[in-house]
Amino acid sequence: MEFVLSELCDQVMTAHAGHKPLFVCGGGSKSFYGNYRPVTPQDGHCRLDMTAYNGIINYQPSELVVTVRAGTSLAVLEAELAEKDQMLAFEPPHFSESATVGGCVAAGLAGPRRMTVGGVRDFVLGARLLDSQGRLLSFGGEVMKNVAGYDVSRLLAGSQGIFGAIVDVSLKVLPKPFEECSLRFEATQHEALDHFARWRSQPLAISATSWTALDDGSSGAQSRAGANVEGIVTVRLSGAPPAIRAAKASVGGEELGVEQAANWWMALREQTHSFFKRNQPLWRVALPPTTPVQDFGLPTLVEWGGGQRWLSGDIDAHAIRAWAQRLGGHATLFRPAGGVIPSDGVFHPLAAGVAAITRRLKQELDPAGLFNPGRMVLEL
Amino acid sequence: MNSLVEPTLRHTESTFSTAQVLDALHHVLPAHCILHREEDTRPYECDGLSLYRALPPIVVLPETESQVIAVMRECKRLSVPIVARGAGTGLSGGAMPHAQGVLLGLAKFNRIHSVDPVSATAVVEPGVRNLAISEAAAPYGLYYAPDPSSQVACSIGGNVAENSGGVHCLKYGLTVHNVLRVRVVTIDGDVIELGSEAPDAPGLDLLALFIGSEGMLGVVTEITVKLIPKPACAQVVMASFSSVEAAGQAVTNVIAAGIIPAGLEMMDRRATQMVEPFVKAGYDVEAQAILLCESDGTAEEVEHEIQRMEEIFRQAGATRCQVSRDEAERLLFWAGRKNAFPAAGRISPDYYCMDGTIPRRHLARVLGAIEQMEDEFSLRCANVFHAGDGNLHPLILFDSCKPDEVERAEKFGAAILELCVQVGGTLTGEHGVGMEKINQMCVQFSRDELDAFLAVKRAFDPPGLLNPEKVVPTLARCAEYGKMHVHGGELSFPDLARF
Repeated sequence: MEFVLSELCDQVMTAHAGHKPLFVCGGGSKSFYGNYRPVTPQDGHCRLDMTAYNGIINYQPSELVVTVRAGTSLAVLEAELAEKDQMLAFEPPHFSESATVGGCVAAGLAGPRRMTVGGVRDFVLGARLLDSQGRLLSFGGEVMKNVAGYDVSRLLAGSQGIFGAIVDVSLKVLPKPFEECSLRFEATQHEALDHFARWRSQPLAISATSWTALDDGSSGAQSRAGANVEGIVTVRLSGAPPAIRAAKASVGGEELGVEQAANWWMALREQTHSFFKRNQPLWRVALPPTTPVQDFGLPTLVEWGGGQRWLSGDIDAHAIRAWAQRLGGHATLFRPAGGVIPSDGVFHPLAAGVAAITRRLKQELDPAGLFNPGRMVLEL
Repeated sequence: MNSLVEPTLRHTESTFSTAQVLDALHHVLPAHCILHREEDTRPYECDGLSLYRALPPIVVLPETESQVIAVMRECKRLSVPIVARGAGTGLSGGAMPHAQGVLLGLAKFNRIHSVDPVSATAVVEPGVRNLAISEAAAPYGLYYAPDPSSQVACSIGGNVAENSGGVHCLKYGLTVHNVLRVRVVTIDGDVIELGSEAPDAPGLDLLALFIGSEGMLGVVTEITVKLIPKPACAQVVMASFSSVEAAGQAVTNVIAAGIIPAGLEMMDRRATQMVEPFVKAGYDVEAQAILLCESDGTAEEVEHEIQRMEEIFRQAGATRCQVSRDEAERLLFWAGRKNAFPAAGRISPDYYCMDGTIPRRHLARVLGAIEQMEDEFSLRCANVFHAGDGNLHPLILFDSCKPDEVERAEKFGAAILELCVQVGGTLTGEHGVGMEKINQMCVQFSRDELDAFLAVKRAFDPPGLLNPEKVVPTLARCAEYGKMHVHGGELSFPDLARF
């Protein structure tokens, strides 16, 4: 076994022996996400730093698969793929230059292309897990189709490290689209959702959509979310030239310059758009995309054809969760005000049956409760 | 019957007699939903893999979710194993009954609750046939993408259990990519929902874990599937090659050119010779391998892509290239591929279909090794291959009336699967482990990994009553398999990189 990896295993076994919780860390770019508590040496918690275990293990462009060590920089991996005109199609947000592949998979966050290609778990083919006994367990593999045993590697996507440290991961990659172009036109949120619904049932080469208010809310405290607030729809088309031509004619609007378009989607993916810079609590509401406009009197930004809606501002957590749940979705306090985690955590409470299975899974796979305690579910 | 997999059904015996279990079930189900006479239960003794049989003492065919809940509660109370079954088309013995258990058939859950063109989703019951979903969605210009070859018969519930694929899954994904939500009855008789019609659900992605779990974690009563717009046009290129290597290289070149074909299949010469007299699809039976490569999209898009595919094939040394001229011809080209299994049944009394998946770069070596094994086991083997995603279906031809041929066929199959694992692939791409490949699980996974699977099983099904003794081998089973199986600690291809 490689030295770095055996060191990591040793650290886990030491922590296990000393009953000390471990916080699995990559580049720390998403440490704000989840019920994160800063680790201090005084509280007896330890960090399991994955960044030293890095590098691409195997990249087979013609098989559309790459196997990477968890500590590998996400930027380095994406640059390597770009050299072969390929990409991580789920467009994971980095949130910082320090972002690692392991953190990307453990956080399970996806960017603008999510609505058409799927999320992180849709691209995970296999993973190795360093478990609480310091053992390396391998699930899945490097092939597209694999039903040998339960699909534990996809479970690890978005599991926030609660079962152990993802050591390396095999991801499906896709060719970059031959061509992309972004279009923009004015529409209220209500009109935007209508457009998204109409496009959904047509074979159009749409790879991302967004709706933003014309006034992003930085100027006043008026209701910014109602159905009639003026705003802008931005649509990205991806594919072969004939597909783009056909979709352009259907979608309409003004074409953005190449750089302007790239900047726009990057600003949404990385949350550098002014909407995300308001120093207010940021709520992520995942909803069935057909859900009509809901007015909470807060600035709103819509992505993923209506499936992901961001709300910025102070709002009662119970109210927003009850509302999201009634509509078949859920609400996450993505960025709490001042980074302070509320006592009931940032995530939507689990339904009783799902909570019971989650608890038993954690007890079975990490019986000592070693990894990332509370990060995903407060009492686990 | 079976030399390698002797079902060990001795433990988990209920302390209750069949009569007592029947009595309990009669309290919660109408009489017409319970079968227990041998002439009624006999049809359920196996699934699509008829090598593995067990007569279920009781078959229940509930009609409502509350009946499923009641069955689960009674079975749990009496410690009776439950095996769920969809259409029974599975190819790994996953729905083989438990000899002391209840077989839970979901055939009566055959309603399509809704097809919604606005959300592009359908809500269906598990017994609905795969193809019936696309038929119901067709008036809206939508369809359900995963298309296993058995799609006229197989049920969506079975697809969820096996994470079924199909010839279009390289571009459109597997069941796991196309199911948004499932409603599940747990062994406790509780109803839970996994996934969501929203892009994600709070907490762990239990839906991804559940799909492909072969009926061992819960019983599905309702499924929301994603529908996608039907492409305006589709065409297929059929190309002939003088060697398997050349065909494999052509596949590599297509993907390296940034094309993700809608379907990409390879058949070797034995397979085309087997299929052609049966289907008359116009296959080149002289070629060592043929490729079927499909493009879909708008008419313009398809024209553009088909041209590029043809160019790439010619550069890779295709000896013949033919593009489907119309929809009828496209379907005819595919008919040969989709009928490969029935065609095998036509030229041989029996066939045994394997399902290993390999990194495609090892294709030529693996097919070469299979050819050598034909001599070693004195049996013929035809190969059809989902070339785009590396999923290999060798069809071993044998005659079950000759007992030694059965044994040789099974050993041949086991050798192929182990070879797939050795080159960095997997035992099963889409048919599942079931009963059939449980021994080879000891080869692909370490004991610690198998224990992790058992841990997952316990988290969903603490008493271990759902489809017990399948998929995940016990320590004893692996020890026994290891003894009779000569590894000698040596790998057949020591020079191959493995990950």
